[in-house]
Amino acid sequence: MRPLDAKLFRDLWRLRGQVLAIALVIASGVATLFMAIATVEALQDTTETYYQRYRFADVFANVVRAPDRVADRIARLPGVQLVDKRISEFASVDIEGFDEPVIGQLVSIPQHGQASLNQLVLRKGAWVSLNRDDQVIVNEPFADAHDLSLGDRISIVLEGKKKSFEVVGIALSPEFIYAMGPGALLPDDHRFGIFWIAKDVLAAAYDLNNAFNSLSLSLAHNTDVRPVLESIDTILAPYGGTSALARKDQLSNWFVMNEIEQQKSMATILPSIFISVAIFLTYMVLSRLIETERTEIGLLKAFGYSSYAVAWHYIKLVLVIGLLGIVIGGAIGWFFGRINIELYAETLRFPLLIYRPSAFSFLIGAAVSLLTALLGALTAVGKAIKLPPAEAMQPPSPPIYKSRVGGANWSHTLLDQPTRISLRQIIRWPFRSFLTSCGIGFAVGLSVMTMQWNDSLAHMANVYFFEAQRQDVMVGMAQPRSLSAMHDFANLPGVQRVEPMRYVGAEFTVGNVTHRGALSAIKPDSQLQPIYDDSKRTVISVPQSGVTLARKLAEKLGVKPGDEIAIEILQGRRPNIVLPVENVIETFIGMPAFIGFERLNDLLKEGTRVEYANLLVDSAYEAQFSRQLKDTPNIGAIMHKQAALDSFNNTVIKNMTIFITMFSILAGILAFGITYNSARISLSERGRELATLRVLGFSRGEISYVLLGEVVLLIMLGLPLGCLLGWGLVLSMISSFDTELFRIPMVILPNTFGYSILLVIVATIFSATLVRRRVDKLDLIKVLKTRE
Amino acid sequence: MPSSLSPSQSIPLNRSANKVTLSAKNVVKTYKTGDVEVHALDGVDFELYSGELTVLLGASGSGKSTLLNILGGLDLPTSGQVLYGDQNLSRASDKELTQFRRDHVGFVFQFYNLIPSLTARENIELVTEIAPKPISAVDALALVGLEKRMDHFPAQLSGGEQQRVAIARAIAKQPDILLCDEPTGALDKHTGIIVLEAIENINRELGTSTAVITHNSVVGAMADRVVRISDGKIAGIDINSQRQPANSLEW
Repeated sequence: MRPLDAKLFRDLWRLRGQVLAIALVIASGVATLFMAIATVEALQDTTETYYQRYRFADVFANVVRAPDRVADRIARLPGVQLVDKRISEFASVDIEGFDEPVIGQLVSIPQHGQASLNQLVLRKGAWVSLNRDDQVIVNEPFADAHDLSLGDRISIVLEGKKKSFEVVGIALSPEFIYAMGPGALLPDDHRFGIFWIAKDVLAAAYDLNNAFNSLSLSLAHNTDVRPVLESIDTILAPYGGTSALARKDQLSNWFVMNEIEQQKSMATILPSIFISVAIFLTYMVLSRLIETERTEIGLLKAFGYSSYAVAWHYIKLVLVIGLLGIVIGGAIGWFFGRINIELYAETLRFPLLIYRPSAFSFLIGAAVSLLTALLGALTAVGKAIKLPPAEAMQPPSPPIYKSRVGGANWSHTLLDQPTRISLRQIIRWPFRSFLTSCGIGFAVGLSVMTMQWNDSLAHMANVYFFEAQRQDVMVGMAQPRSLSAMHDFANLPGVQRVEPMRYVGAEFTVGNVTHRGALSAIKPDSQLQPIYDDSKRTVISVPQSGVTLARKLAEKLGVKPGDEIAIEILQGRRPNIVLPVENVIETFIGMPAFIGFERLNDLLKEGTRVEYANLLVDSAYEAQFSRQLKDTPNIGAIMHKQAALDSFNNTVIKNMTIFITMFSILAGILAFGITYNSARISLSERGRELATLRVLGFSRGEISYVLLGEVVLLIMLGLPLGCLLGWGLVLSMISSFDTELFRIPMVILPNTFGYSILLVIVATIFSATLVRRRVDKLDLIKVLKTRE
Repeated sequence: MPSSLSPSQSIPLNRSANKVTLSAKNVVKTYKTGDVEVHALDGVDFELYSGELTVLLGASGSGKSTLLNILGGLDLPTSGQVLYGDQNLSRASDKELTQFRRDHVGFVFQFYNLIPSLTARENIELVTEIAPKPISAVDALALVGLEKRMDHFPAQLSGGEQQRVAIARAIAKQPDILLCDEPTGALDKHTGIIVLEAIENINRELGTSTAVITHNSVVGAMADRVVRISDGKIAGIDINSQRQPANSLEW
């Protein structure tokens, strides 16, 4: 082995503590990146495979009733491969022992086996039998929520007639990864389920023999979906068709894609923040490390090694650290990614899981890791090799202290000399000290950034579920009903207030941007669900003649108050109208558009109809209310606010907690890496000073105080700085985390700052303990006998 | 002229009451580096008498620094005894050694070892803050003639001045023992004499038992006794009937 390489290995071994600590800093950046990429990939691969294997349809359309032959016309459209005619209805379901109303979506299946599209994943039991008309396959989340087993019986109200069914199978479907009742915001597995029933049974009950009311189709690869949708709409219009949906607008898929989109946001934002911090820290740590090597650099050059050879020697050292970072970061990232995707698979109930981090994620992680190390080292190496050998062999010019901070009179009784040493050390190298404080600050900041998710989500839930919505129950009609139906609800036990609300599908167009969403029509005196600005936390008055848009929607369409937008209402006579934007408000969830209640009815010219009723219910009557609501006909969806909140907590918050824990661990590793390195390098730079103090009669504890005192002072500067940085990081993250489903409000509770500070302090104490052991082993004689 | 005596013979001193401050009995120090054992000290008996100025003379590697380190509580002997009064330093814990150095020993090194971030005065206060019966930093600096430069930082002082600050720092606690390891090693002759004068003054005025290590045999003339060390053993002890003043030394 060449002597320089031997030196390399021995240096690595000698500096193993620091090498490991720097590698950990790099690793934490690589791990976040690797985890994020691997999770997104796994989520995409898993979904894609799931969809392919179980033939998730590309287009969905609903009609009131269409004869089977209509489907043949659609099958002949260019690009259409398979067409599956179905019957899909919403119905009340009665589960024994569960007093609240349950809505079921009934979906027909062929009696002889799987349909050609949207096939089921039969998890338990068997297919419905040919000669039985009372068998049902239930979706797994619902079955689990109600503890349903094979052989149990449930009642479903089919067109007003209650019929008992036997559960013969429990299944999943790519169509209902997120199973939600119409208008529901989040899945509620207790109150909404999917029930697959033989087609003949449903056809008989709903009088749809040789007819269908739901259509799903698959398209040939690379088919432009838009003309297909238009053709379908034209064909189905006479049969009461609401506009056909492409897969991307299908409810469950939209949520899944949003979930992937969110992960992607995190995959770009969080790792890039972590990695920038890691680069900075690597630079900080390596430049100080190489500074302590300058005598050796001078010596090597004096022996005749070229600057290039010397630089390469140190670059190799750095590359080894980078490689170590890859290995550690890759392992942590792989492991965390695995946990992350398993968690997704569990909440989303994927029947399969594909976790094969690609070479791409490995390569990105590796490249970033090595670049981090190199960027961090180049400046320092460059500075060191530029020195002429004679100068390099000298210690860096003796530190000249000028500041008498803590000297003279005022502090004579306040500060002892060891404290003064720490203080002047900081003032002598203000930039370096500032960098160290920044490093600590970033550790705090990253921790604040991850932990504040809880704060934001709690705030979001509070504003959305309690401030903006004041009803207890929201009832969706299976078919729009007249205003007089409100009286039926007002007469239910415990109901204190009833407010009607309209909710109609709409397509918004500005220039060539089109958004398919919905219009909510609100009464001006609405109290239970007013138009609410989640950011200003105030009720906004209902627009006079135009519409009020959520900011995200206004941005997507590129409009501001005063601009006009074209709206096609996807219902009734499907009017095309142009309305001005009256107001733009901030909402945390979704992209709602609001219109005046009467104004919508005027536009639709169809007499007052109502899709939703908001109810305020006295909690004392809740049980009675639920029982009676259960028997009320024509209900399509029931949303209990409490249940929605629970569901929000169970899905979103649960995912977040794991996520936060992972990132907090990484922030902790980072904090440890910084503090350990700062103290270690201080120790190697100041070993002589500390040994002198030992000889003068200072105990180990006292000299540790001098050394760690400096670190502690820098940390004290770093902590408030970190809170500030955390605030900035949160701001930058939140502004880039802006999906169509969620906007994250900027909320950081004092506790979050407290825990972040605590985390960094614990990491510091841990590294201080390790350094303290080094201090204890300080060889006094050797240090003092060598020339400075 | 110095007369040679055998190492084991006890020596009546001119200005002490023959009282032993610090003694080493059959001290052995062995360093193990890999498979090789190095006998740095090989059965050394040594006494430092109260108030005397002793010069330990020897070539590089003779073991004199090892002896000084053991006497000053910086290191422990492999075998043998080091006694300070009735305290056995060869069996002392790290904590006891720290306390011993803090209360009783002043050190001066070849390379000064001042704390660069503290002024001359503060470097001394570093010690006076933790010592039981210190003199003031200003008084200590006056003893080495540097009271006017007390607010200067080490980087603003010459080598000789830095060494005198180091001496002031060593004696400010009023130690019983002052140990100087090659105090003039890094200095030119002129500055070296000034530093030796400072040590001489301290020994005379405060009566501090002083041991000075040097490889420069001329320095021996200013001592009460000269202990010659070679190959880890005491090769001989010379007693000076008359101490030469430091400023008359020539080399």
